[in-house]
Amino acid sequence: MNGNVLFEIKDLQKKFGSLTVFDGLNETICKGDVVVIIGPSGGGKSTFIRSLNLLEQPTAGKIYFEGEEITAKGFDVNRHRQKVGMVFQQFNLFNNLTVLENITISLTKVKKQSEEESKEKALKLLKRVGLEDKANAYPSQLSGGQKQRIAIVRALAMEPDVLLFDEPTSALDPEMVGEVLQVISDLAHDGITVVVVTHEMGFARKVGTRVLFMDGGQIAEQGTPEEIFEHPQNARTKEFLSKVINVI
Amino acid sequence: MNIWEIATNYYQYFLRGTRTTILISLLTVFCGSILGCLIAFMRLSKFKPLEKFASIYITVIRGTPMLVQLYIVYYQLDFISYPTGTLFGVDLERALPCIIALSINSSAYVAEIIRAGIQAVDKGQMEGARSCGMTNAQAMRYVVMPQAVKNILPAIGNEFVTMVKETSIIQYLGIGDLMYNNGIVVTSTYNPLPCYYISAIIYLALNIILGKGLNIFEGRLRKSER
Repeated sequence: MNGNVLFEIKDLQKKFGSLTVFDGLNETICKGDVVVIIGPSGGGKSTFIRSLNLLEQPTAGKIYFEGEEITAKGFDVNRHRQKVGMVFQQFNLFNNLTVLENITISLTKVKKQSEEESKEKALKLLKRVGLEDKANAYPSQLSGGQKQRIAIVRALAMEPDVLLFDEPTSALDPEMVGEVLQVISDLAHDGITVVVVTHEMGFARKVGTRVLFMDGGQIAEQGTPEEIFEHPQNARTKEFLSKVINVI
Repeated sequence: MNIWEIATNYYQYFLRGTRTTILISLLTVFCGSILGCLIAFMRLSKFKPLEKFASIYITVIRGTPMLVQLYIVYYQLDFISYPTGTLFGVDLERALPCIIALSINSSAYVAEIIRAGIQAVDKGQMEGARSCGMTNAQAMRYVVMPQAVKNILPAIGNEFVTMVKETSIIQYLGIGDLMYNNGIVVTSTYNPLPCYYISAIIYLALNIILGKGLNIFEGRLRKSER
């Protein structure tokens, strides 16, 4: 494998008790990729993306990140997570902290950067998403779209090598979906590696460099957005797309 | 003798009793809370034996009467040579077994309050913190606990108030608390009712003061987050 590979996933399996979420999953994610994972609910998308930063511990198989096996025993999970930013469906901003503190806390406590340096960085990033005036607000005072943009900034501030998005717009009011997708799209254009689970097909098509269709615990089909959306080969992909695109 | 005459003639007894009750209550609440925290973290531990121990501890303590616990601790621990002497006029040798028994009792309830308070914090908060690279301890300290405290405080105030009232059972071990002194006054005056009214008023006053203090503390915490 060349030095461009970020994630290499080999025969990955996740079981919850007797329920197999996925089994025998193989995938390679390269630097600069914008991987969009689509598919029906219960297909294993979220569990898969959550295993990439070990919020879910796979039950078998291996994941390599930048050549290092992260599924190995004794692997430093916390160090890995500093390099892998995550944005959640439910934002998961720290409710007890201000917007600014939400961003700086991991910089000062995890990366041991100075208070001033972290603050400066946070404000710069907040400006980038147009929310510098919310620095001293608490999460409860923000709209969903604002919360999610803050969550993205929080992940971005750690200067990760890859950003994972787990249905970032699914909990948003429809009019706020655009502002969040715009931020993600800008990031993708800046060359940051992005893996995103989404139901926004327009976004997947426009921003993705690769689309994975996951169903029944398998990557049933993958390809460029054009291949998946224009010429799907797999019957399940076809069926799924026919249901979600141009419904009425 | 009416209530006023009893209060003026025997006020020293009530004062002395109140002093003991306050001291025992404070020490019990303090030790009970610390022990309770410990039990709560054992209960939430991923290490099974600890979790199991804490869970049995809580079940046993909550499932048996405090008076029985008091006697068991008193007789079971009689091999310990407690320090002699007095603290604010309270005989330590006799008070310590009571404080131990009451603290053990309180800790089981405190542990459940803390556990519930921590578990009521949305799981996403922990995941958010861990996803930023925080260790479990950092996530607890900076994110989960500050939020859990807000859930815990009102319920724990309740437990403190209960504890102040429940200390009255230590009179059965001959500790000179408020109820014990109340008894002395009753036998000297042959007029129980006014005595009990006086004691009730004192307990009420203690708990109102305690409640106000907790409210102020809670208010301060709320201010940090609207």
